[in-house]
Amino acid sequence: MAPEEICKLLKTEFGEAIEDAVVEGGHPYVQVQPGRWREIAGFLCNDARLWFNLLRSITALDLLADNKLACIYDVMCIPLDQGAELVTETCEFAVRVVVDRDHAELPSVADIWPAADWHEREAYDMMGIHFADHPDLRRILCPDDWVGFPLRKDYEFPLEYHDIPATTEYELPNPRH
Amino acid sequence: MTQFSVPWQPKPARTNLGVPGKAIAVGFVLLLVATLGWSLANSVFEGHPIAILLLVVGPVVTAFKAFALAMVVKTWRGWGEFLFRNALMILVGAVVSVCVGVFLVNLLFGWVSTDFVAQADDPSVSTYFGGALSMGEVTAALPWLPGWLAILLWPLQFPLVRDLTSLGALAGFFNIIPVYLIWWERKVAGRIQSRLGPMRVGGWHGWAQTFADGIKLVLKEDLVPKDADAPLFRIAPYFALIPSLLAFLALPLGATYVFRELDVAIVFVLSMLGVEVVGVIIAGWASNNKWSVYGAMREACQMVSYEIPMGMTLLIPIVCVGSMSLRTIAEAQSGGWFTWLAFSNPFAFLGFIGYFVASLASCKRAPFDLPEAESELVAGFHTEYSGFRWSLFFFAEYAAMFVVCALAVILFLGGWNSPLPLSWGDQITALVGNEVIARGINGVLFSGPIWLVLKAVFFLYVQIWLRWTLPRIRLDQVLYACVQVLLPLSMVLLLGNAVWVLIDTTGGEGWQLFSDVWNWILGALGIGAALTFPAVAAYGFYHRRRMVGCLAVDAMPAS
Amino acid sequence: MADTVVQLESTPDILVDHTSGMQGDLRTEEMLVNMGPQHPSTHGVLRIVLRTDGEMVLEAVPHIGYLHRCAEKIGENIHPYQYVPYTDRMDYLAGMNNNQGFAIAVERLCGLEVPARAQAIRVIVCEMNRIASHLVALGTYGLDMGAFTPFLYCFREREMILDLLEAICGARLTYSYITVGGVHDDLPIGWIDRCGEFLDYFEPKISDYNNLLSFNHIFVKRTSKVGVISAHDAIAFGLTGPMIRGSGVRWDLRKIQPYDGYEKYDFDVPIARPGGTDEIPHGVIVGDSWSRYYVRVLEMEQSVRIVRQAMAQLPDGDIQAPKLKNLKLPDDEVYVEVENPRGQLGFYVRGDGSAIPSRVKARGPSFCNLCITQAICKDILLADVPAIIGSMDVVMGEVDR
Repeated sequence: MAPEEICKLLKTEFGEAIEDAVVEGGHPYVQVQPGRWREIAGFLCNDARLWFNLLRSITALDLLADNKLACIYDVMCIPLDQGAELVTETCEFAVRVVVDRDHAELPSVADIWPAADWHEREAYDMMGIHFADHPDLRRILCPDDWVGFPLRKDYEFPLEYHDIPATTEYELPNPRH
Repeated sequence: MTQFSVPWQPKPARTNLGVPGKAIAVGFVLLLVATLGWSLANSVFEGHPIAILLLVVGPVVTAFKAFALAMVVKTWRGWGEFLFRNALMILVGAVVSVCVGVFLVNLLFGWVSTDFVAQADDPSVSTYFGGALSMGEVTAALPWLPGWLAILLWPLQFPLVRDLTSLGALAGFFNIIPVYLIWWERKVAGRIQSRLGPMRVGGWHGWAQTFADGIKLVLKEDLVPKDADAPLFRIAPYFALIPSLLAFLALPLGATYVFRELDVAIVFVLSMLGVEVVGVIIAGWASNNKWSVYGAMREACQMVSYEIPMGMTLLIPIVCVGSMSLRTIAEAQSGGWFTWLAFSNPFAFLGFIGYFVASLASCKRAPFDLPEAESELVAGFHTEYSGFRWSLFFFAEYAAMFVVCALAVILFLGGWNSPLPLSWGDQITALVGNEVIARGINGVLFSGPIWLVLKAVFFLYVQIWLRWTLPRIRLDQVLYACVQVLLPLSMVLLLGNAVWVLIDTTGGEGWQLFSDVWNWILGALGIGAALTFPAVAAYGFYHRRRMVGCLAVDAMPAS
Repeated sequence: MADTVVQLESTPDILVDHTSGMQGDLRTEEMLVNMGPQHPSTHGVLRIVLRTDGEMVLEAVPHIGYLHRCAEKIGENIHPYQYVPYTDRMDYLAGMNNNQGFAIAVERLCGLEVPARAQAIRVIVCEMNRIASHLVALGTYGLDMGAFTPFLYCFREREMILDLLEAICGARLTYSYITVGGVHDDLPIGWIDRCGEFLDYFEPKISDYNNLLSFNHIFVKRTSKVGVISAHDAIAFGLTGPMIRGSGVRWDLRKIQPYDGYEKYDFDVPIARPGGTDEIPHGVIVGDSWSRYYVRVLEMEQSVRIVRQAMAQLPDGDIQAPKLKNLKLPDDEVYVEVENPRGQLGFYVRGDGSAIPSRVKARGPSFCNLCITQAICKDILLADVPAIIGSMDVVMGEVDR
């Protein structure tokens, strides 16, 4: 199914919830309202026409200029009705959900796609997006007591961590790492 | 190492003598002591043997050793090169001379204990130290012996001295077995894995590698974890080591090469192997490490379960021979390879295989090496051990490997008898005339510890071979294999063997023929299997440049 | 144990709770055991906290991040050309494939055309690297199962591949050979012959591995019916590569979304089959650890086929797209996945008109494959944990990035 058709289908199903649809460029996606994202995710995963059962990746973005954070969910379809035959047809799509930087909270889709579990933890760890109702929302790559969210554009590097120096350029006004 | 000399600093004056100088000084002092001791012993102690041994012979021997050490250290470069170049010759020569030495000492001890002491005029005459013979009687009994040699012989009349000497030899054997077994295992593993194994230390194929490792292990820090149960942690390796050493006490290496001949030697050896598990459990528990506890529990579980089929299969030769003395069992198999018990009937043959599998498990060798499974339990029960204590576990393990293999050989495969019938040996004795030479020939060709060690080493090789080939099995499969396969099998084999032996003693002509046919079939099977190994080895050697997975590939692609 | 296996077989949905594995008076005190980050069989610095009941593992919670090196943050600060060396430090066993994934992502973003010869060379080196990576997976899996010897056999052959790759680019592990727009250097003279010689030598070796390890009775007993993942679960947890093919789904990005000219080559996509069919030993079920392992063995054969074809039809021409002195990334974004030895390696690259990307995100296949650990490591024996982790073939450099 082509990206245009998917966008059309989603618009007819969810109407207002689809805020934007980008079908040109290297990465077609629709932008959806955070409030209805769970509903749309369930539709994407379970609807027989779409059947996006593989959540490939969740990419967290920092849109500093707009004071927003975004999550991009890349999904793909693996048809399971072909038995041991080679899967030759697939379909990929992406959904973007934008939230405020100050109240960065999204519903978790870890129960729809179990794969989302660790991806959401990573997005939380790196970008500070809270996922409501996530089964186990902890930092995943950074230590539990790490301060700040490293991939945010306004993140300031700590100069030390548990008395371990994190830079050798203490004298400089803006130490690099 | 280059010494940096700084011109404005005076060179420190050499004040110490160095090792050679010290050794020479000690040697001279000892020689002086010996000279003084000679006059002292003669005038004050009236030439009493003890005095002469303590005052003269001891210092002279020590002085000789000191001079030899000084020579070696002083001319180390020359010696080192010589040693490295001729390492193989020295190794072979040492082995041969040790064998000859053991043979001669054994002859001597036999002669002293049976002929010499018994032939004394009046055994009740006691000297100062409770011995039966005085110095005068020794020299009188051996008029052709120089006096100073008679002094050396004199202490041998005391059983304690003979026992201590044999114990020293036994301890040496016990030490040398793991050392060379570890080296050999590494070489075999290297060959199996298309690499070389140790190649540097010692000159010839790294034969001294384990000695070097041993020195390293002794020098390493003896670490005791902070929260470990320190006394138990320290003592645990000895609990593992000493039982396997004790097993050697009753293990006969030849008809007369046994420290203590027990009527129930088989039970003693088996019980000593069983006690070894205590050390492992203590080590695992005292380490205060969860992985160690897992290792210890696995060891306990595995050992206790495999003891039973092992004991059951060991009963088969006992039933066949009707004795629990290892010597009796081995001597019952002295009529050539077809009289070996493993070939006596099919049940015994399978029993031998069952025993070998169970012994693998009880020695925690692969595929049963769960207690120290490195990919699961880091290092199992010896995770927290380091240095010398760690090496003690390995000594115990390798010594136990030798014991179980020697036991298998004694019980099932003719013990120290060669595949040729011993009766031929008697004819050769008659032919040669000289008893000592005849006994030597007999020991090499027909019945001697060499044969036991060689056969045991062959099964050690099989153990090593299995270890580097097979993956490890899981704990539930270990217990399944024991409780549901090996245990019923060994029971059936024991019963079948007993019935077979019963019919053997009472059966008629037809049964005898049937039994003999089985004997010959199994014997042919065994000799065929034994001959296959050299054949395969020869084939591999001949085609060593074309074998897949072999070290030497003519042209390695992409190299 | 037998009960657990039956349960897994009858209810392939592994999200069912199995906490009632041992009951009654057999239950002993539970113990928390820390497996890793320094442990021989966790393949790097993976840490798994095991809740055990004797030898039974009731729960296994993986903890990652010990090798986190801020690869994505670095990507936001340097030019894509400079970022290529960072990619092969992610999955350090398959550096070429990682280079390729990132290069393709940037090429798609900037609309660069890669010359045909460069594409073919990319295919050759990536498939060679796939063989090398699978050899490590095979060898270390044997090591996890206690078989030491196959490991060294695999490494012997891997060394030859590394020699070949070293001849191309001078590096043996972190190649940085595939660059944005093509490859860095042309193949050395005579390399094709040497590579063909190696493939002739290597192909019979695969049956050696099979005889020594794959069909070894103990090995099959250890790995079959362990860590069973149904096809449905595999997709739900986002597993890719040999993991999903080991669950019986014939899914390969090289066939479905061919990149770098993979459509020109004839190769099969091997999947797991149930025990008893053809050479598959009895007792194996689709989706277990043995199947995942064996899929890698079969994939090596296919990689050999691809390399042979690519070498036979290697076109002449440039090896690099016309070099753009000041490569500016357009104000666009792209998400590209390629088939890594471990699964689908995805790169999200977002440009903002400058030369430096505003966001680089790597989707590591090992990261996604590892997330199923907690779900399948339930009510198994302690010895099964290495069997399951090893069959996933995770590279912690990529999990932690």
